[in-house]
Amino acid sequence: MKETAELVHIYLRSSKKFPHIWCAGCGIGIFMNALLRVIDRIGYSKDDVVLVSGIGCSGRLPVYVDFNTLHTTHGRALTFATGIKLAKPHLKVITVMGDGDAIAIGGNHLIHAARRNVEIASFVINNYVYGMTGGQYSPTTPHGVKTTSSPYGNPEHDFDICRVVEAAGAAFVARSTVYHTRLLDRLISKALKKKGFALVEVVSQCPTYSGRWLDLDSPVEMMKWQKENSITMEKARRISKDELTGKIVIGVLADREVQTYHERYQQVSEKLKV
Amino acid sequence: MRKLTQEQVLLQGNEACVKGALMAGCRFFAGYPITPATEVMEIMAQELPKAGGVFIQMEDEIASLGAVIGASLAGAKSMTATSGPGFSLMQEHIGFACMAEVPCVIVDVMRAGPSTGLPTQPSQADVMQARWGTHGDHPIIALAPASVYEFLELTIQAFNLSERYRTPVIILVDEVIAHLREGIILPALGDIEIEERPQPKVPPEWYLPYGDPGSGVPPMPPFGEGYRYHVTGLYHDVRGYPTTRIDEVEPLIRRLFSKISKDFERLQWFDSFHTDDATITVISYGCVARAAFQAVKEAREQGLKVGFVKLKILWPFMRRTITKILANSQKVLVPEMNIGQISREVKRVNKGECEVATLNKVDGTPITPPEILKMLEEMQP
Ligand SMILES: Cc1ncc(C[n+]2csc(CCOP(=O)(O)OP(=O)(O)O)c2C)c(N)n1
Ligand code: SF4
Ligand SMILES: [Mg+2]
Repeated sequence: MKETAELVHIYLRSSKKFPHIWCAGCGIGIFMNALLRVIDRIGYSKDDVVLVSGIGCSGRLPVYVDFNTLHTTHGRALTFATGIKLAKPHLKVITVMGDGDAIAIGGNHLIHAARRNVEIASFVINNYVYGMTGGQYSPTTPHGVKTTSSPYGNPEHDFDICRVVEAAGAAFVARSTVYHTRLLDRLISKALKKKGFALVEVVSQCPTYSGRWLDLDSPVEMMKWQKENSITMEKARRISKDELTGKIVIGVLADREVQTYHERYQQVSEKLKV
Repeated sequence: MRKLTQEQVLLQGNEACVKGALMAGCRFFAGYPITPATEVMEIMAQELPKAGGVFIQMEDEIASLGAVIGASLAGAKSMTATSGPGFSLMQEHIGFACMAEVPCVIVDVMRAGPSTGLPTQPSQADVMQARWGTHGDHPIIALAPASVYEFLELTIQAFNLSERYRTPVIILVDEVIAHLREGIILPALGDIEIEERPQPKVPPEWYLPYGDPGSGVPPMPPFGEGYRYHVTGLYHDVRGYPTTRIDEVEPLIRRLFSKISKDFERLQWFDSFHTDDATITVISYGCVARAAFQAVKEAREQGLKVGFVKLKILWPFMRRTITKILANSQKVLVPEMNIGQISREVKRVNKGECEVATLNKVDGTPITPPEILKMLEEMQP
């Protein structure tokens, strides 16, 4: 495996004026590191990788890396990614979205991308909050938690990104935290190699906002919390629903073979040409 | 009924639009069903797989234009078609395409609004939305066909303009033209000029995705061909990276305007008839131009000195053309199927010498030749 320093030289844009915009201790950088590590290990050509993001702190990731990169609109990354993949199927199309981005404003697109099964490897950085806009509650913020837009406690109930996407028919669905780096690498690798729509929910820390809302005082505390509250999919299947409250279930939720939109489209297209 | 000649084909407006798009090289369509634009989508679904292109029905119009922009970045000439409610949903991505300079064509078959409105009676009430619908300052190009043939022709031109200027181009057509059937002669492929987006002449390491090469339009290689660059809806520097520097922000927005405004002279597309000695000129577009033409012909038969102008480009507004008409006539009449949208522009560029009259019909039915003729008779000095 290459040293991080070497990956920095290969994959970060030397023409980009650093520093990046992320707060110290933010988990997005850990994910970015993992993504680059895995892309390097698989050996994709940088020319073939297209990285598409929505809007939010997570949405800023593509600008730093030396691929074909596209920073779209809030919630709509998957729609742009769909167009790119279908127009140029040989490209490795990857999306990075935030929790608000992917499942609030972009929820409709997420469900239909999973159902349609265009081959896109998508990653949702779930930090349980709207980071970029100043810490408002998102669809994954736990019930009752105080945020800047729920000063009396979050009146809504959170929703499980992976189960929704699984139900919508995605070919691959998994979850990790940024603490579990080896698992994260494995899941990123599987998602990238999957023929079909793949989603990995990446539980991450936003020390600036959700850390404060969840009474976790530092990035280290937050990562400890990720470590201590996570349980594997296998274990989760054996314990009761009550015991599962507040737990982060990590591992692979679904991995199945589904014909992709493009395979089917090409078959039809070939027949029509004859 | 008139018989078709041998070379003629009977086409519906929406069908002609698809023919034009395919001739122009369109190879990607994403859309969502809405009357009266649906035929464009349905015919695309049938034809694109045969032409080696891709068709996809998306979950809504926001997604449709997102996919279109993505496909265009990957190098495919791309389009979508919709009507009022869907056009409203597309506004954010129209702005994105302006800002990121991604060529694409958007057909808006105008039906009476606001909201769900009058499905699906004709209207011309999206003219201002096409101009100002997305937020922020931005230039836009909008074309308005008035016949089945023109719908084909202007669809080809919409692709050409969007590729030439790297900008979204809107085709503002009304339900009448979209659903009208006319016999037309298809142009031979060899006779039409097809334009492609400019390509870089330098190797990737020298390439500036948002630098001004002099024409105002930066070259645009497709994703996946060695030019790895960044595309964003944020204000960006010449490399495409986000910026808030005042010496980078203003030059960008100024360039977005000037790349089109420097060519205003080339973008005066109109037809005219009997304007030389006219004291009253009718300025019209879309299906209303057909009624206006008939009314002007009949008025001439009565000996009235009236002229006819049909606008094929609505945005950028053809100030040069219109000021000339205003200078040469004593009065102009602007009949429109809205409360007065292009007439506002005509009044805006009028130096006060000419009297501008309007004829606005907003009951969901087309303006007829007798209605225009009656107005012309009343306006006689
Ligand atoms: C259409 C639209 N609505 C609202 C916004 C404002 N906005 C920017 S980022 C954001 C939320 C980001 O939260 P999330 O997706 O969780 O990403 P994070 O910043 O936490 O990574 C919002 C609401 C926007 N840019 N566009
Ligand atoms: S606000 Fe939160 S998510 Fe955004 S960069 Fe800072 S720590 Fe990360
Ligand atoms: Mg978030």
